[in-house]
Amino acid sequence: MTVLSYPAQYQGADVVSTVKIENLSHWYGRGSMRRQVLQSVDLQIAAGEVVLLTGPSGCGKTTLLSLIGALRQVQQGDVRVFGQQLQGAGRGQRQLLRRRIGMIFQGHNLLRCLTAEQNVQMGADLLEGFSYRGRRDQAREWLRAVGLEDHLSKLPQDLSGGQKQRVAIARALAARPQLLLADEPTAALDSGTGREVVELLKRLAREQACSVLMVTHDPRILDVADRLVKMEDGRLLQAIE
Amino acid sequence: MIGRFLSGRGIPLASLMLVRQPVRLAVALAGISFAGILMFMQLGFRDGLFDASVTVHRLFDADIVLISPRSTSSVSMAGFPRRRLVQTMALPEVEGITPVHWNLLLWRNPQTRGTRSILALGFEPGDPLFVDPTLAPKAQVLTQKGRVLFDEKSRPEFGPVAEWFRDGRIVESEISGKRVRVAGLIELGSSFGADGNLLTSSETFLELLPNTPPGSIEVGLVRLQQGTDAEAVVEKLNALLPEDVTVLTKQGFIDFEQNYWRTSTSIGFIFTLGAAMGFVVGCVIVYQVLYSDVSDHLPEYATLMAMGYKLRTLLGVVVREGLLLALFGYLPAYAAGQGLYLLVRSATALPVAMDFSRAMTVFSMILVMCMASAGLAMRRLVDADPAEIF
Repeated sequence: MTVLSYPAQYQGADVVSTVKIENLSHWYGRGSMRRQVLQSVDLQIAAGEVVLLTGPSGCGKTTLLSLIGALRQVQQGDVRVFGQQLQGAGRGQRQLLRRRIGMIFQGHNLLRCLTAEQNVQMGADLLEGFSYRGRRDQAREWLRAVGLEDHLSKLPQDLSGGQKQRVAIARALAARPQLLLADEPTAALDSGTGREVVELLKRLAREQACSVLMVTHDPRILDVADRLVKMEDGRLLQAIE
Repeated sequence: MIGRFLSGRGIPLASLMLVRQPVRLAVALAGISFAGILMFMQLGFRDGLFDASVTVHRLFDADIVLISPRSTSSVSMAGFPRRRLVQTMALPEVEGITPVHWNLLLWRNPQTRGTRSILALGFEPGDPLFVDPTLAPKAQVLTQKGRVLFDEKSRPEFGPVAEWFRDGRIVESEISGKRVRVAGLIELGSSFGADGNLLTSSETFLELLPNTPPGSIEVGLVRLQQGTDAEAVVEKLNALLPEDVTVLTKQGFIDFEQNYWRTSTSIGFIFTLGAAMGFVVGCVIVYQVLYSDVSDHLPEYATLMAMGYKLRTLLGVVVREGLLLALFGYLPAYAAGQGLYLLVRSATALPVAMDFSRAMTVFSMILVMCMASAGLAMRRLVDADPAEIF
């Protein structure tokens, strides 16, 4: 795994807490249609920690995830990711930050026109300072790590659901993120495959010293978490150790 | 940025997006090629017609040409006093002159007996007329009265003159009611104003047109000493000669003719409009293809933005798609254009050929077409909201 060893430039920077949220509130809509989806949320995720976020649908989990992922403008409260304040951060700033955050979606969201290898390389291409060949070798290495070394040149349409999700994991990790956000990564998978995928995710994140925040409904995978956080009606309930 | 663009580092996303959707790609390329072919045809016809209008003009062995100020084009040449041409001999730069009679006459088809107007040039058989050196020996036969040299590239409506002549038959016909005999064949080519040409001696010419005022000619050819600046001589002649004659360089004479067809007829407008239609049709097709391509891939673009790709990088993908479409749509259009020009040349004898400047014009039109469409399709890309994909 020499290619995948953790790059020196990412080590050391604010290792205490990857995510630090204080008093975060968020609303959707305008005027009379305005509806609060997050109410004074406080949350911290330490470096290398695996946190699972559960709760009924519509309680604001995905909104929280997209705010931490710098996909949305923060309206009120403090969100610090890698010590960087997201409140008031501009488009360009958020885009740069997103390069350091890996994301895995409910649907796999792979590029249909690219092979598995090329999809993973789209993640590796975000890294600077590697040659084309170097990035391609990394993409292959990651596909090997998720057990897909025999499917390098297959298009997403020729892969099974579990395989696609594993490609998505490889793509997210190929960009060497320090934080991985996953939104119900097992939703489209059967229980056995789901379990496998999540364990793989956890193991690889561990090896990279990468924090993980995973939203899930799936009770069968709760035990992989270091910490379980429950959410209801836009509020976090106390953490369950 | 440019280095990165050229070295092709990274996944060639634009080309993959196109290639992995072969049907859409085929539609796009067919549309662009069609637009390109349309532009090639229309512009080719336009330039061909303008070129064809000066087929004969180009052949004259002259550095300076004198015409009447009342002449407007090859189909309405007015006469001017022949002594003006003789006067040019006063300048030491002038080496020689050839007075030429020029008019459209009615030629009777020896087979069908129908008449059709043909461009007749009358000159002294001993004088140099055309640059082509093979004319002089043929012109000797014109010293006999009532003999003409017939242009074998004339349109077939004038009758099978060349075939009959080659078969050794005596080809006689009638011009303006007077009997003439074909004494030889020349190769000039039909032009815009004249479907056919014939040469004859001044003597025969005046016989055919007895009302021509004595001492009046339509065109005066002036040859200068080697290495003389024609422009300067034109200025001198303008100062020397009265206003009843217009002095032009040979190129000026060609421009004068082309300018007539360009400005005084609707030909230029019609064909340019035709090319513009091709351009618009191409724009619509490319825009449709690129727009639906971007729309279909919107979630994927949003995913890339969520991964941390810049909007600019993704816009670059659309631009590259446009560039690739332009390039690969142009190549078949170019090939088809060559083929169609060949067809036109053989069917109409119009001098239509692929020249570099037209090839570049059409390419830049296609490029503009694809880039403009890409630019419009990009506006759709701005709708890609990474926040929507979770």
